[in-house]
Amino acid sequence: MMEKALQPRSTGRLMILGFLSPTLILLLFMVAYPIFALVYFSFHNFSALRPGEGMTWAGLSNYTYLLSDTALWDRFVFTGKFVFLCVSTQMIVGIFVGYQLQKAFRGRDVLFTALMLPMMLSPVVAGFLWRYMLNSEWGVVNYILTVFGGEKVDWLGRADAALWAAALVDTWMWTPFIILLATAAFRGIPDTIYEAAEVDGASPAYVFFRLTLPMSAPVLFIALILRLIDSFKQYDLFVALTGGGPGSATETVSFAVAKTAFRFFYTGEASALAVILLCIIMGLAMILVRHLSTMGDRN
Amino acid sequence: MAKVELRDLSILFGAFKAVDQVNLTVNDGEFVVYLGPSGCGKTTTLRAIAGLQGTTSGDIMFDGQRVNDLRPSERNIAMVFQFVSLYPNLSIAENIVFPLKARGVPRADIARKLDWVTGIFRLGDDLRRHPAALPPGARQKVALARAVIREPAVLLLDEPLSAIDEQFREEMRWELGHLQRELGVTTIYVTHDQREAMSLADRIVLMNHSRIVQVAEPARIFHEPASVFAAQFIGSPSMNLIDLVPVPGGLRLGDTTVVLTDAELPPGLRTKGPVRLGIRPRDLRLVSGAGHALTVDDTFRVGRERFFTFRIGHAILQGTDHRSGPGPGSIMFALEGMNFFDAVTGQRIAERAAA
Repeated sequence: MMEKALQPRSTGRLMILGFLSPTLILLLFMVAYPIFALVYFSFHNFSALRPGEGMTWAGLSNYTYLLSDTALWDRFVFTGKFVFLCVSTQMIVGIFVGYQLQKAFRGRDVLFTALMLPMMLSPVVAGFLWRYMLNSEWGVVNYILTVFGGEKVDWLGRADAALWAAALVDTWMWTPFIILLATAAFRGIPDTIYEAAEVDGASPAYVFFRLTLPMSAPVLFIALILRLIDSFKQYDLFVALTGGGPGSATETVSFAVAKTAFRFFYTGEASALAVILLCIIMGLAMILVRHLSTMGDRN
Repeated sequence: MAKVELRDLSILFGAFKAVDQVNLTVNDGEFVVYLGPSGCGKTTTLRAIAGLQGTTSGDIMFDGQRVNDLRPSERNIAMVFQFVSLYPNLSIAENIVFPLKARGVPRADIARKLDWVTGIFRLGDDLRRHPAALPPGARQKVALARAVIREPAVLLLDEPLSAIDEQFREEMRWELGHLQRELGVTTIYVTHDQREAMSLADRIVLMNHSRIVQVAEPARIFHEPASVFAAQFIGSPSMNLIDLVPVPGGLRLGDTTVVLTDAELPPGLRTKGPVRLGIRPRDLRLVSGAGHALTVDDTFRVGRERFFTFRIGHAILQGTDHRSGPGPGSIMFALEGMNFFDAVTGQRIAERAAA
């Protein structure tokens, strides 16, 4: 009797909603509300510092102002350079090292663990660490350079050098991530594939480019997109390493959002910029999601 | 094409001897099948011939040249693996021409050879598809096409049909035998399926416990097994084995009252110590009239053949049935069907008298 009474209710919509509601409510507050608020703010003139002045409707003026601002375009150009440098270096080095780690040798596991360490640090910690190491007067990097007879480089004081320095730190931190995923992808390829290729007379390079790389492509592609998204919104590293300087030469788009919002308190303008950034990142994320779902279909 | 020789070949995995002092000559164009239970060393031997497995001692010779230290790609061999080893990211056509492309064969030659193997294996419809879209049987066909396209000196096959459906396996087995004769390529094939071995092999190499038990033509290995192991491993249902006890005037079958008289036995057998008789069910026929009395217990079928089990004393034996139903009867032990083994070593001791 009891079971009969429970059965229809337990499969009812209300029950399902009941179980889902804690998560849904949490998501509503954590994700939906901020996004709606962000979009709402972006169409208004509003400063969080002076809430008394209230909000006045601004229409698209925040957007048109931003998109015609050449200084902002510089931020995008810099972010683009940084993303390209970081992601390409990390992918190439990561795949290469991951492939080398396929081979069995003494101390491989220890080396592997050591390689993973930078990834465990907070970007702010890594930023400060490298800021000291890259100091032009007493940093260890310049010390080593002078030992080998080189000139001291003002790493963080020059716009071009600072870009390279930041890319170097990001690469130092995140190449292990690519190594990790590449290793996982390479280990998924069965030995018989390599044995067949060896019997077929393929050189190691031919095997790598014709078999290993294409067969690992789905995983490596995910790694690529994740790195693109991550480095595109890089902010905390720059806060610690360069502070956006020299001048505003190493300000990424995210950095500009934070600066506009929390130094100048142009909340409306910052919101509009954040919306633009969000659209770009969502575009990248959608490629990833679509890729993941087609991968699911294939299996 | 090449002649393959194994000389005192041994392979150790730590303390375990996977292959122990194996000697074998495979003639040019011959189809040799390695047969044996799992873990007997047959696949290890094949992998050593391919160069995928290092050797501990002994030589592997191709046409008189020692190849132990050559890489697989330098041995002019091709191999088909037990589990599918097609390249999943490449189309069927790209898979088949892979060995040619990897070696930098000119485009025109590649196209011509692809046409050739596509014709042999009738793969025309599948060329653009990917391995995942093909059933396992068709995938092995592609693997075979990839192996022969280079026209290797030696073709090595490691249980290529074991992961395929029964129905398709039959067809592939036939095609494989046909193809091998047509190409005349020296072929070494590993299997644990005696039917494959019996139908494909010019000669069977029977292995057990890392050693070769017998090397012989299929018919010979069936009729004249070199040991009790060979006798039991080959043939289904397996050979009847009965210990013989010396009695005045002949040898008695175990604890039964049936005595094979000296007239029924090869001369001189009684002097050889404890003897075991092996006789195939198909060499035991029910007869009417003269013969050894028995009772038919049960009948069963293997394929189209009918067999029966019967008892002589306490021994339960199997024979070929030509009638139906249980009941009393009598049986003839045909001398030409009898094999005798040393009861202690298991080795064959008396040659069968000429039939």
